[in-house]
Amino acid sequence: MTATAWIVAIIGGLITFGERFVFLAIAHRTATVSPHVREALRMIPAAALAALAAPAVFRAGTDGALDLVNPRVLAAGLALVTMWRTRQILLTLLVGLAALVALQQLL
Amino acid sequence: MAALELISNGANAAVVLGTVLIINARFLLYSASMATRFADESPARRTGMAYLLTDQAYAVTITKLDREPEYGSRWTYFAGGALPLWAMWQLYTLIGALAGAIIPESIPLAFAIPLVFIGLVVPAVTDRATFAAAASSAVVAVVAADLPANLGLLAAAGTGIAVGYLISRTHRMQGTTA
Repeated sequence: MTATAWIVAIIGGLITFGERFVFLAIAHRTATVSPHVREALRMIPAAALAALAAPAVFRAGTDGALDLVNPRVLAAGLALVTMWRTRQILLTLLVGLAALVALQQLL
Repeated sequence: MAALELISNGANAAVVLGTVLIINARFLLYSASMATRFADESPARRTGMAYLLTDQAYAVTITKLDREPEYGSRWTYFAGGALPLWAMWQLYTLIGALAGAIIPESIPLAFAIPLVFIGLVVPAVTDRATFAAAASSAVVAVVAADLPANLGLLAAAGTGIAVGYLISRTHRMQGTTA
């Protein structure tokens, strides 16, 4: 790696640490968060996790094209039902991957 | 990963750093969300938490604390999840860097990543508001996936938080008038 790449990597690392740290750093002063802010914060896990998962399922076409009917959608659906019914994340992973492999063989 | 792609394409350093800043901006949300639960911990412990904070560590911890808000040894719980995640991440990054080409292409291992998030989003949906947050966020994430520098992810999370918050408010107001 060149010197520039190293500098970018190190500063990039500091930036991501800063983003993780900023609110935790002042946590002792935010103990009295208003119920409104607290309620908004409560939405973060569901919103962020859904946003991380959805594009990889529905934008699986060539060059990330929208593809609503592809093996990934069905496999993800099966995984979702598995997790909902069993709450077993390992089983969910296995069902999802196995379903995708099987569907790709079939189609 | 996006940063590596930019570096190999010869992008200028400021663009790379800006991309890093935006892609990881969701950690600002995680940090704020965790801060309300860990206000009593020492600064040293909170610094350690920030270093170990990953998507999965956040998801596992917040799921537990949403279910048991009074759970006592929460820092230990977080560290117990985050430390092995961090260690395995380092280890597998090394293994992947050395052996990446060996895994056959027929196994769609990349699909394991959205599957993990699907597995985590299910317990995060506990009521009508969080369901609305997840659903609206997913739709925006899919529609806005073409935005540069993962801005779609931020737009989606922002939409989800706003929608979920509004649903939760209207729901509560109806509850008080009924």
